[in-house]
Amino acid sequence: MEVAVEVRDLKKSFGAVEALRGVSLSVERGTVLGLLGPNGAGKTTVIKVLTTLLRPDSGSVFIEGCDVLADPAKVRHLIGLAGQSAAIQEELTGRENLEIMGRLYHLNKSSSQTRAQELLERFDLVEAGDRPSKTYSGGMQRRLDLAASLVGRPSVLFLDEPTTGLDPRARIGMWGVIRDLVEEGTTLLLTTQYLEEADVLADQIVVIDQGRVIATGTSGQLKDRVGGDVLEFTVVDPNRLEDAKRAVIDLSMTEPILDPKSAKVSVGVGQYGTNALANAVRNLDSVGVEVEGLSLHRPSLDDVFLAITGHAASGANEDGAITRGRKGRRSTSKSRNEVVND
Amino acid sequence: MTNQKVKDIPMVTEWTSLDKLRYGIGDALIVSKRDLLVWLRVPAFIFFTIVQPVMFVLLFRYVFGGAIAVSVPGGYVDYLMPGIIAQSAAFASFGTAIGLAREIQLGVIDRFRSMPMARSAVLLGRLIADTIRLVVTVLVILLVGYAVGFRFHNGVGPGILMLLLGTIFGVAICCVSAYCGLVFKNEETVQSFGLAWLFPLTFVSSAFVPVGSMPGWLQVFAKHQPVTIVINEMRALALGGPAVRGGIESALWLIAIIAVFIPLAVRSYRRV
Ligand SMILES: Nc1ncnc2c1ncn2[C@@H]1O[C@H](COP(=O)(O)OP(=O)(O)OP(=O)(O)O)[C@@H](O)[C@H]1O
Ligand SMILES: [Mg+2]
Repeated sequence: MEVAVEVRDLKKSFGAVEALRGVSLSVERGTVLGLLGPNGAGKTTVIKVLTTLLRPDSGSVFIEGCDVLADPAKVRHLIGLAGQSAAIQEELTGRENLEIMGRLYHLNKSSSQTRAQELLERFDLVEAGDRPSKTYSGGMQRRLDLAASLVGRPSVLFLDEPTTGLDPRARIGMWGVIRDLVEEGTTLLLTTQYLEEADVLADQIVVIDQGRVIATGTSGQLKDRVGGDVLEFTVVDPNRLEDAKRAVIDLSMTEPILDPKSAKVSVGVGQYGTNALANAVRNLDSVGVEVEGLSLHRPSLDDVFLAITGHAASGANEDGAITRGRKGRRSTSKSRNEVVND
Repeated sequence: MTNQKVKDIPMVTEWTSLDKLRYGIGDALIVSKRDLLVWLRVPAFIFFTIVQPVMFVLLFRYVFGGAIAVSVPGGYVDYLMPGIIAQSAAFASFGTAIGLAREIQLGVIDRFRSMPMARSAVLLGRLIADTIRLVVTVLVILLVGYAVGFRFHNGVGPGILMLLLGTIFGVAICCVSAYCGLVFKNEETVQSFGLAWLFPLTFVSSAFVPVGSMPGWLQVFAKHQPVTIVINEMRALALGGPAVRGGIESALWLIAIIAVFIPLAVRSYRRV
């Protein structure tokens, strides 16, 4: 396979903040790389360096064989970027936004119009195309933003958190759009805070935390490290944490993780979550350990963090997907990951 | 859609200087067209560049004017117009700062900078659009001024020069605002900071009242600051009186402001 994006040992500091401390990754042509990490991990910084917006302190980046640091002008012909916020002009219509992009890619007037029409059709925005884009829903704005990043027919596309802030339905719509793109052979590097999203979209996942790569692999490999579905509960009497651990250790694919502070236990139980749930209840009951907030959920970024680093991701997400420490996890699993019932 | 590069997008990577110039100007014009289109669609922007200056003219002409003693040919309305043109031109620069800050916040500038378009286009385009806006503002004020009794007393040539000076003054202030917008990168900050420096600079000047009527300590500032110098020169051009020395001083000030703030703005644009 040919490599479309090659990043070696990228370092970048902002004053005292070391945003990147040596990030390396590569993306094969026509595949999707998911850059997964909590707030402040350095995802946007990576994207900015790769899209010629930011010079790293050291390291090297090649896109389709072009040296990004030596020849950024050439690289700009190859890439498309949809940043973390929808970079559209809200007062202008969807069509105007796209036509202006076309003109700025030095298409002539009629080619710009054709291209805009093509993209409106493809992203299901024809009806709304002549309305000011501030009247669009969040999902439509994101689609328009994505469309705008495709005006120049990039061979490598960068999407920074393409679904953050979207409701679940719009998110799933966006996933469909992104998957179609990939089918056409676009190389894609996207960032996300959700394992679930990387799972759906990415061929390879690179997990970063505090400017470092802490894991690389397919979503299957990452989930294996967590031990599949995650069973989680709080022990009412913290002194019985060890008893609780012994009661569930047989169900567990990996070593159960205990958090003495919050008296929480988290166990990777593999694919047979529902069985495990029943067994856990039975076992805990038989040794007389009282628990609360027993829940079962698909592994999240937080679980990957916990499995790899032994501590939860320390970011804080606007919608609470990842919160500081372990405190926010239960609400997270409730709102974001429906209980698995297969 | 296919993933192949198509012929319709020029894949020019080795630009000659001529290409650079052509694309540089072309891209700037596209950006300025876009900026003007946005401006036309936002009622608040129209309000600030047209309605507010007109209200100021009426307010000072009919409400405050009677209480302000001046000694120029046609009375207060003639005194007022050059001042209000300069003040409005300066306030129009809010649009520059707010526009740039918004675009940074939205990520529009990031996208533009990741595209194969001229790097200078965003700033140059905005400056072109803002100059056009300024001309519109100046002409609207002039019309309203005429309607409420303002007249030129010094002939057409100097009159046009006065309008030109007011516009160039506005452009210079836009350069300062562009820099503020690029440094603060936040609409609200830019807005309040803009007020903080534009208000004293335009009101503690000879724009609305003769400097001589201010307390002594304030006069020291009011007399020597560039807004007063430019406005006095505009007055001399519109109404007659010695204009050479003030013309040179105004030109030096404006050149200095532009020469300092354009490079500053460009530098911070590169860093956003
Ligand atoms: N221009 C800057 N100046 C100073 N610090 C910065 C700058 N940009 C990023 N940082 C810091 O670098 C670190 C990484 O930031 P980055 O934006 O890359 O994170 P991220 O993974 O994209 O986070 P998020 O999920 O919140 O978007 C953070 O600690 C951030 O505060
Ligand atoms: Mg980010």
